[in-house]
Amino acid sequence: MQNGNLNTIWDILGTVPDPEIPVISVVELGVIRNVEFIENEYVISVTPTYSGCPAVKTFQDDIKTQLKANNINNFKIKIVYKPAWTTNWMTKKTKKKLKEYGISPPEDIAQCPQCNSTNIELISEFGATACKSLYKCSDCLEPFEHFKCI
Amino acid sequence: MQDLEKYILRIADSTLIISHRLSEWCSKGPTLEEDIALANISLDLLGRANALLEYSAKINGNKTANDLAFRRDDREFYNFQLCEQENGHFGDTIIRQFLYDCFSLLFFQELSKSKDETLSAISIKSLKEIKYHLRHTHNWVIRLGDGTETSNQKIQESLNKIWKFTGEFFETDDVDKKIIENKIGVDNKKLKKDWDSLVDKVLTEAKLKKPEDKDMITGSKEGIHTGLLENILSEMQCLPRAYPDAKW
Ligand SMILES: [Zn+2]
Repeated sequence: MQNGNLNTIWDILGTVPDPEIPVISVVELGVIRNVEFIENEYVISVTPTYSGCPAVKTFQDDIKTQLKANNINNFKIKIVYKPAWTTNWMTKKTKKKLKEYGISPPEDIAQCPQCNSTNIELISEFGATACKSLYKCSDCLEPFEHFKCI
Repeated sequence: MQDLEKYILRIADSTLIISHRLSEWCSKGPTLEEDIALANISLDLLGRANALLEYSAKINGNKTANDLAFRRDDREFYNFQLCEQENGHFGDTIIRQFLYDCFSLLFFQELSKSKDETLSAISIKSLKEIKYHLRHTHNWVIRLGDGTETSNQKIQESLNKIWKFTGEFFETDDVDKKIIENKIGVDNKKLKKDWDSLVDKVLTEAKLKKPEDKDMITGSKEGIHTGLLENILSEMQCLPRAYPDAKW
């Protein structure tokens, strides 16, 4: 398929998982900003989540691999910085998936994904990945990660 | 070198070098959480440095971001000398980072208004991250300053030692002037007042005494450095130096 069917591209991108949180796709994460067909080439605009997120390089490679696996070779990936990525781009459905996976989704108030308690304690603003902070639930005592709002 | 290329390179170099310094804490942090925090901040800075180096390289036309990071000598680096100072003990690192974060907040707020779209976009992105970097170092300055007698004394010494390097934040030369005239760059001189009051507020809360501005160090705009930069580069560039044709 070499013609300009943009929906097909979006569908393929929807199957590329976030390298660090595999229950959501790169589309759900909100990093795919645009797909265009310009002069016989798909141009996929991607924005980084955090400036230094090591996953940025990985998901570019994953996107390339997945498109090629679907016989799409006429594409290029363009990095865009504007507008800056925000967690507001995540849909309710995506946030629900995060919660089911055990990560408190990016809402103003973190909530224990195990018992829904908001009686919680911040352990560190910095977690195992740039996008998450660490909390502990004071009710069920489980530690959990919260997706930071930016 | 074009003025804009050099202007961006200077911002990129400070970001890259302080990022590298912070990365040296990886696996040596005082607690696991703090180790992760410093590594995270270092990574944000590295990402910002990369975006700036790529932009500077693009203006140059013949170089890549990697060429700029790995194929220049210390005299061709323009980072603030504050950024290359040693990590020392944890308090030394926190004070260095806190003073730089305060500067970065004010600087990138202004740069986000730049007529240059790429610089403005990188600044807006960076500001989101600088805000939580500063929150982190600000909290530590208060905790250590208003902590025990020993922690107060130690971090006061850290502050006294590094203060002479903060003058470079507010210097402008002919390159800056041209970029400021074109409404692309920031007039750093104008940031000094706000920076002083931002820093004062935290130092007072932390029961620390602000050192006087005297015998301030200068020279980085001309590529002059303390010998420490060469130590960083010999580690950071060791692979490309040993294997010039190596590929990622
Ligand atoms: Zn709980």
